[in-house]
Amino acid sequence: MDKSKTFNLPKTGLTRRTALKGLAAGAGLAMAPGFVRYSQAQSSAPIKIGFQSHRTGIGAAYGRWYEKTTAAAVKAINAAGGINGRQVEVIIEDDGTDPGRGAEVVGKFATQHKTDIVFGTLFSHVVIGSAPAAGEAKMPYFVVSEGHHVASTKLNRYVFQPGITDVKSQIQSMAPWIAANAGKKVTQIFPDFAFGYDHRDYLPPALKAQGADVIAQIAIPPTESSFTKYFPQIPAETEVIYHVMVGPAVLTFVKELGEFYGSNRPQLFGFIDSLEAVDINSPGLEFLDGSHFWEGSPRYAQADDTEAQKAYRAAVGIDDNGAAVGDPKDVSTAAHMFGCWETLYVVKKAMEDAGYKGPEDRAKLVEATEALTAFAEGPEHPQGPKTFNGKIHQCFGIQNISKVEGGKLKVVHKTKIEDGLYEAEGDYTTQAL
Amino acid sequence: MHFGPHLLLAALEGLVTSAVLALTALGLSLVFGVMRVVNVAHGEFFMLGAVLAWAISTAISGHPALGFLAALVIAPLIVGAIALVAERLVLRRLNYNPEATIVATIGMLYIIQQLALTFYGPEARPVEPPFSYRILLPWFGYSGYKLSIIAASALLLIATWLVLTRTKIGLIMRATQYDSETAQAFGIPVDRVYGGVFALGAMLAAIAAVLIVPISQAHYLMGQDPLLLSFIVVIIGGLGSLRGTVVAAVLIGLSDGIISMFFSPTLAKIVATLLVAMVLVFRPQGLFGTASR
Repeated sequence: MDKSKTFNLPKTGLTRRTALKGLAAGAGLAMAPGFVRYSQAQSSAPIKIGFQSHRTGIGAAYGRWYEKTTAAAVKAINAAGGINGRQVEVIIEDDGTDPGRGAEVVGKFATQHKTDIVFGTLFSHVVIGSAPAAGEAKMPYFVVSEGHHVASTKLNRYVFQPGITDVKSQIQSMAPWIAANAGKKVTQIFPDFAFGYDHRDYLPPALKAQGADVIAQIAIPPTESSFTKYFPQIPAETEVIYHVMVGPAVLTFVKELGEFYGSNRPQLFGFIDSLEAVDINSPGLEFLDGSHFWEGSPRYAQADDTEAQKAYRAAVGIDDNGAAVGDPKDVSTAAHMFGCWETLYVVKKAMEDAGYKGPEDRAKLVEATEALTAFAEGPEHPQGPKTFNGKIHQCFGIQNISKVEGGKLKVVHKTKIEDGLYEAEGDYTTQAL
Repeated sequence: MHFGPHLLLAALEGLVTSAVLALTALGLSLVFGVMRVVNVAHGEFFMLGAVLAWAISTAISGHPALGFLAALVIAPLIVGAIALVAERLVLRRLNYNPEATIVATIGMLYIIQQLALTFYGPEARPVEPPFSYRILLPWFGYSGYKLSIIAASALLLIATWLVLTRTKIGLIMRATQYDSETAQAFGIPVDRVYGGVFALGAMLAAIAAVLIVPISQAHYLMGQDPLLLSFIVVIIGGLGSLRGTVVAAVLIGLSDGIISMFFSPTLAKIVATLLVAMVLVFRPQGLFGTASR
């Protein structure tokens, strides 16, 4: 083979003409409308929220719905006068559902976009990977994740999770129902990374307290696409299979479970993560009929929905089946995305409490957020009432247990806030700002 | 579960993996064997096959088998056409230079992936299997469709082997592979053979994807795993060797199924990587490859 043709790069360098063209284009851009400097006062400039979004990667379905929910919330906030009289502007960067890129995105928001705060992401490994960057930049970082990483106080004082309950609390509040209604011998199947470890670590003690036992724990690599080979590890005496899977392979997981067991299966209790953004009437999922799922906020409209819940569903554009209005195949991530809506209202409240003016007030914003204690159910918190523990930067709310019936999810049990409370493991407020 | 049934399940799972892997790796191996092009975008042709299978099967109503059969025919043809265009527009202009084509196919990988993300979206979408028959064994149930994948793959592999060894097309391909300059001197349109081989390689990946999509799902990132495993298979089997590809695919598929079931999936990957290293050290041309001239 002729090696001389490997790379024939053009030999011409940068000419004067090209350089001038570039300069002219740059100047033109700087004068374009988007680049107008707010010369009068800071007070009329919009509050800039950097949104770290899973646009690509295994979290993409969540990212898309997180963006829709955020857009709806920001629209509502701006229509009602914004925050401290200023409009809110959201700048989106893709984190690729990747911890490394997540940290880069936080850095980009701090140094390039100069946003007031960073908000967003779901997947726990991205949150954990990004948190140090937020701490170093002293950038308040409001996550809509679910893991116990924030509440464990292993991150730093700039990281908050005020819009969605963490896994440790969720599990603790649901364990009594599982033990009483599903069975006492539980086999857990969970993804082999941070989020899954929260389930692995907190379910056994929570069930033990209810007189039930976890008899086997099966970790599955998050990139796995076939699951049948793991099923022989499920002990024969299992009464309940507790499954929590994430990412695109969840449907395969359920289908293969169906093939393996047929109708003669143990009870199933699933975290909705196993089914988020997946149409429950997909081929192969008939197997789930009669099984139960945890839902943060119900996907299907329920008979007892509050006015706030109805208004929220209309604002984010989901129909009674939790799919995008006008596209029944486009199923939402309803059980998680409400957290974006609620978190933005928490940010609004904290910024107003702090009299937030600009990045120089970030420390005040952190303290004002820590001072919050409760969020009442209503248009700003349609999922339900919540308490907030400023020491661990974590909120606690109610959970829904739903049954799959006739291709829909029907809420059969709602937990109370107290069911999910636990002893704080540390105190962020003792860290320096 | 007892050891016997456990092993049976592991072997069945391993064979399904092997079947799909053999088809995918064969495409990669053919392209390298004939053209000396390492096609890094091979996994994306696989993904395109799955995504198109979803599009075609949802467009056709009626019994799921109709949509699936249509996908089995149409998806590989579309993927083949796309590969042909890519070959004409990119690889040919680089004169099939080995280093340049690696970089170019990496570029193709990202372009195809992003196009799929743009037009298909980030969701994983299911395709209904043509039939759903659950084989009930005394210890567990197994998907009848999965077993049919093994049969379909075996038939396709035999067909490919017949084409390569018994037809004029195969003869021309082998001549081009053996010495492209002499083949050209004897009036073989090497350019057209290259285009055809690249399209054929992509079509094999697409067929493998259509076969697997009813038990997996169509997702825009699904091309990465098959690419990596295909590389492992062709390195172990010997580039350009059909027999080597099949043997290596069965070896890797079964070891993945059995080791990951009895020990851990990570160990299975370690063993596969170790095998690659051993083959490269002791038999760089692969188990069944011939030393380069």
